[in-house]
Amino acid sequence: MSPIKPTGGFIPRDRNWQPDALTPPYKTSVKRSPQAALLSFPSTLSEETSPVFGHNILGELDNDLILNYAQAGESAIGPRIIVHGRVLDENGRGVPGALVEFWQANAGGRYRHKKEAYQAALDPNFGGCGRTITAEDGSYEFRTIQPGPYPWPNGMNDWRPAHIHFSVFGHGFAQRLITQMYFEGDPHIKLCPIVGVLKSQEAVDALTALLDMNRTVPMDSRAFKFDIVLRGQRQTYFENRKEGL
Amino acid sequence: MTQRLDYLKESPSQTAGPYVHIGCTPNFTGIDIYGGDLGTSMKTGPVKGQEITIRGIVYDGTGTPMRDAMIEIWQPDAAGLFASANETRGQADPNFTGWGRSPGDMNTGEFTFETVKPGAVPFPDGRMQAPHITAWIVARGINLGLHTRIYFADEPEANAADPILTRIEHQNRIPTLLAEKTADGSYRFDVHLQGPSETIFFDI
Repeated sequence: MSPIKPTGGFIPRDRNWQPDALTPPYKTSVKRSPQAALLSFPSTLSEETSPVFGHNILGELDNDLILNYAQAGESAIGPRIIVHGRVLDENGRGVPGALVEFWQANAGGRYRHKKEAYQAALDPNFGGCGRTITAEDGSYEFRTIQPGPYPWPNGMNDWRPAHIHFSVFGHGFAQRLITQMYFEGDPHIKLCPIVGVLKSQEAVDALTALLDMNRTVPMDSRAFKFDIVLRGQRQTYFENRKEGL
Repeated sequence: MTQRLDYLKESPSQTAGPYVHIGCTPNFTGIDIYGGDLGTSMKTGPVKGQEITIRGIVYDGTGTPMRDAMIEIWQPDAAGLFASANETRGQADPNFTGWGRSPGDMNTGEFTFETVKPGAVPFPDGRMQAPHITAWIVARGINLGLHTRIYFADEPEANAADPILTRIEHQNRIPTLLAEKTADGSYRFDVHLQGPSETIFFDI
């Protein structure tokens, strides 16, 4: 990965597009949302730099959730899918070398976590986490099983749509992002209070992966395409920035 | 019709949820696929500078410790250099990653970072900023990760000249950004998401 020179910070985050902190139908947000206004300031090297993750951290099966927790000769149960796409910035450029981490429930909607008590069974061959690093063009892919919907104690009968969580690092810590991917056509999407924190159908669509028949592997796996967009870097020809800072 | 600007929109954020550990600190919740959790150690060998420990708890608006938050920190080394591809001012300490990730204790919620006291880093106009650490907090109930900064209460002169601290209108809120020294090399930095002692969060 070639070194990236600081360019004067990132395009300001559009907080009319991003979800608000306080979203009462998602009940936990009520006591976990700041009430004071956020403090804005010009970004500095603290926000324009970010840790570097090399491919050497990756194991051979880190991007294969069907096999990475399975006993030898076994595999996870559920609809086999490939999830692929690109990590881009707002200028449309691919973001290479980005660490992408993902986690999800199994095909029955059960997470492998100590604090999880849903009665759906664990799959002994499914852990539910994976990671990869984007290629030179920002592309990534992984193999998994399609997660199941999952009930949660919010309203009396709330169910999460099938979803995969994503955590993404860019080239500046100001780009740090965690989000969720949904699946085209899931009827739970429009009922979910967490999806409901999104402010427009366009924002919901931005997190909804499309079935991608061009990338399916016949007689093996279907595919879904999910692009992720991180904040873009501004150009700073006119800023009072000393050489080398 | 006018032309279009054709920028993409940043992907909307969603909460990390209660099971963020599965993806970000899987070993912490008993899933041993990677052989270790990223960000557990910020040191890969002997480091330069003063080694410090920072502990704290994230509290919700009722004063209850949050036991499912994940905190990440990002900082320069003792000389003020970042272990980043974007660092153009020199070579950072090769034994210091600058990045840490803590899920907090599953019962108490207390997070711990074994790190070094950061050196000063310039503001874009050339003035020096006081030593600080960038912190980022996600959890169930937080729709978009919260950015804040950890400054040090035992750096009063540098803090008094810091370009960001000095422009805060509500100066009485500055202590919410200061890690308090509790012993030699030990600091406490609690985060309050909401209420009278609410931590200052940044739009960066």
